Amino acid sequence: MTRFLVIRFLRGLLTLFLVLSFAFVILRSTGDPAMLIMSADAPPEALEAFRKGWGLDAPLWQQYLGYFKNLLEGNFGYSMRDKSPAMELVLARIPATLSLAVPAFILKLVIGISAGVFAALHRNSWIDRLLISLSIAGYTMPSFVLGLVLVLVFAVNLGWLPSGGDTTWQHAILPIVTLSLGGAAVLARFTRSAMLEVMGQPYIRTASAKGLVWRRVVLDHAMPNAAIPTLTLIGFMVGSLIAGAVVVESVFSWPGVGRLLVTSVANRDLAVVQSLLLLVATTMVTANLLVDALYGWIDPRVRSGQEARGKAL
Amino acid sequence: MSDLSTNVQAPTGTIVATRSSASIFVLSMPLVIKICAVWVALVLLIALSADLIAPYSYSQLDLLARLTPPVFFGGSTAHWLGTDELGRDVLSRLIFSVRISLLVAFISTLLSAVVGVLMGFAAAHFRGWVEQLVLTLVDFQASMPFMIIALAVLAFFGNTLPLFIALMGFYGWERSARISRGLTIAANEQGYAAAVYDLGASPWRVYILHILPNIASTLIVSVTLTFPEVILLESGLSFLGLGVQPPMTSLGNMVGYGREYLQTAPWILLAPSLFIVITTFSVSMLGDWLRDRLDPTLN
Amino acid sequence: MTPLLQVQNLAKHYAVRIPDGLSRRKATLRAVDRISFCLSAGQTLGLVGESGCGKTTTARLVLGLMSATQGQVLFEGQSVAATRDATWRALRQRMQMVYQNPLGALDRRLPVITQVLEPLRIHDRGDPHEHMEQAQALMASLGLAKSLWWRYPHELSGGQRQRVVLSRALILKPSLLVCDEPVSALDVSIQAQVINLLQDVQELMGVAYLFISHDLKVVRQVSDQVAVMYLGQIVEQAPPEQLFSEPLHPYSQALVSAIPSLWNRQQKTKIVLQGEPPNPLSLQSGCVFQQRCPYAEARCREQSPMLTPLSSERQVACHMLAQKPSDQNAVVESCS
Repeated sequence: MTRFLVIRFLRGLLTLFLVLSFAFVILRSTGDPAMLIMSADAPPEALEAFRKGWGLDAPLWQQYLGYFKNLLEGNFGYSMRDKSPAMELVLARIPATLSLAVPAFILKLVIGISAGVFAALHRNSWIDRLLISLSIAGYTMPSFVLGLVLVLVFAVNLGWLPSGGDTTWQHAILPIVTLSLGGAAVLARFTRSAMLEVMGQPYIRTASAKGLVWRRVVLDHAMPNAAIPTLTLIGFMVGSLIAGAVVVESVFSWPGVGRLLVTSVANRDLAVVQSLLLLVATTMVTANLLVDALYGWIDPRVRSGQEARGKAL
Repeated sequence: MSDLSTNVQAPTGTIVATRSSASIFVLSMPLVIKICAVWVALVLLIALSADLIAPYSYSQLDLLARLTPPVFFGGSTAHWLGTDELGRDVLSRLIFSVRISLLVAFISTLLSAVVGVLMGFAAAHFRGWVEQLVLTLVDFQASMPFMIIALAVLAFFGNTLPLFIALMGFYGWERSARISRGLTIAANEQGYAAAVYDLGASPWRVYILHILPNIASTLIVSVTLTFPEVILLESGLSFLGLGVQPPMTSLGNMVGYGREYLQTAPWILLAPSLFIVITTFSVSMLGDWLRDRLDPTLN
Repeated sequence: MTPLLQVQNLAKHYAVRIPDGLSRRKATLRAVDRISFCLSAGQTLGLVGESGCGKTTTARLVLGLMSATQGQVLFEGQSVAATRDATWRALRQRMQMVYQNPLGALDRRLPVITQVLEPLRIHDRGDPHEHMEQAQALMASLGLAKSLWWRYPHELSGGQRQRVVLSRALILKPSLLVCDEPVSALDVSIQAQVINLLQDVQELMGVAYLFISHDLKVVRQVSDQVAVMYLGQIVEQAPPEQLFSEPLHPYSQALVSAIPSLWNRQQKTKIVLQGEPPNPLSLQSGCVFQQRCPYAEARCREQSPMLTPLSSERQVACHMLAQKPSDQNAVVESCS
């Protein structure tokens, strides 16, 4: 098990390295940030000074080495707009995003799993069919459409909730709902099929034949086993939360990490984009590692499977 | 499925004609799927004949008729779906947007399928370090949310349409790669592919004439499921202003620009939004149904 | 006259790691360990042994489907290389393989006749019209009715499929056909049909067979010579009548005694082998059979016996049976 985790960890590091190199390459190899930040008709000397100041005139490989050296020292560069350290800017926005992402994640789990389990238990009934259609609608609807429709209904027409900004807790409701519904739909579908597969297994019939109350059968036998494949979905869910945050924060003018990414990409603010990429990559790698560890811990088959390394003869 | 009729010769020598395989296929669709198929066909038609059916050009201004509502909400038949803040006809813009969005989605999906299949074949054929490289790339692609990668690339390579399509072409290739690699390894190790190699066939022949036709149905299903996701991705990016750029119009684009008028003229963004939702819904339903029919093992 | 196929000191070793506590130690898996035999044109050599004794590996080595660690394979006087280049591909026209699982060897999407004529297309032998004619003629002569030609593999029975695979292998008129358990997956009644078919084809086309099976009764019927394999080595080789009526090597004796037979009512005692079933990773020196051999002596544990001729037609690898001390370096000339 440890060996497995160590390998995963190393692969995670490799992914991080690749992401950063990738960010470096594309961000530096095209486009001229100087002209973008200053303006096209600034005098050439000013542009030159800007480039020198940011180290943009050294050959590419030198910039690459310098870049990693800086990273290892904790220097993530400075935002070209603000002149403040890029990572600080990024970190400052994390709480805002978390205040959306964490409730959304929980909501996703709750809605998705209960809908999925419910649908599985009432298979082929009208409830099941309704839930399936709803879930398909859920993940085929783009989050920005959902967000805007919710704003239209609840903010514009009904006036119950505010439409943008982040001053009061009511402002958070619509963004959180928007962020969670798409993922909940996917989760519901997945949970449903996992549950159906588990319920079709002989050991479930055995459990209920033993005289166990149906509720116990579901809670103690069916759900834990169905949880195993669902776990693998969690890593994916973290990723989609991040991607979703980018759009949702833009729709609701929420001052989080996602919105920062969009604006700094539009402004070609190199250091900030890199820091954000690093943050996202680290989050993803950590999430996947956790899922792998959890998976190995929960599923006894995986645990013992790792020890038998002899090749079949 | 090139032969449209099958003639089965029974042992006694009589010829029994059966129904064509195509008609059996169509007749077995449930109603909902039929509706989805019709919608998809309609959308394709719109995309292809945009120039012919749009009443106006998508950038044509009509400054006297700014922000007029659609025809059933107080507007006139001059603009069936109303106009936007510059007096441009929403219906026409919608039609052209459909064309652009579909174009992007089609080409990207095709690209991603081709790239994915080739990479999968390469991994399965050469094994060794090639396979490890491909698997690492697949992992990398699967571990980062594509939106983030796309954002980073977009800003710096610019937003011209060919580049944008190329970027979208990298979405989802890892699925095709995984599928083609897995199925090719299975075919090579124990199956028909190994037998044909043993006959002296060159690898090209084996891949094109044998392996590809056999994995086609699985691939098609995967592609059908990727397609709506590309539409969503493209419209999301266009909505953020980073995708299709003006003066060209795409579905996401329209929603983005219509956002400012959410309160005053909601139809500007509702029409394209509705279109996006219904189209992706239809293609997803079709894809699901195809999967159930062709390859239940994929679920 | 040079024999069609000559195998000399052929070996295939794999380096593996076996779990040994926490670490893994290196070991050598000797799938095939210095075997030699030859096969003349139009003859059949049967290769028998238990699962894992190296029969299939031998088949693949002979055909050049995998590279040998040692030794060489000479086909029609030429060495067979394992690299899949143009020469190798051209050689496919002379040597082919028939598999145990016919359904797996066929492409489920193509009608069987297309697959039968495919080798002609691959090697570009004539125009499409001729291809179709040849394929039809061959399939008909192998007992496949016209109504079956355009069917798909899964629409045929096991015996029919095997005939299809056979047709595909024979259409280029190869001089050697390696049959790897060709009838094991078939019903017994169908087995007899296919065996007869193989023999007819041999008479008609002069094809030589390397016939691999674990089923002794079948091998007895088709072979001109039988070689018994154990753990990667040939322990005895003899014509079938001699081998089955009077097996010499202790292993052959055990195998033959285990054959159920309607005629041997007077019970010869069945020889039951003691000891563990063979493990190709076993590393001990000496005879491969020592652990289960009732006659094992000190000599058997030290030195591995070579396959030595006992008569013009028989060879045995056993210290006890060999008349003279074994010569480790002799390459056995075993062709009759």
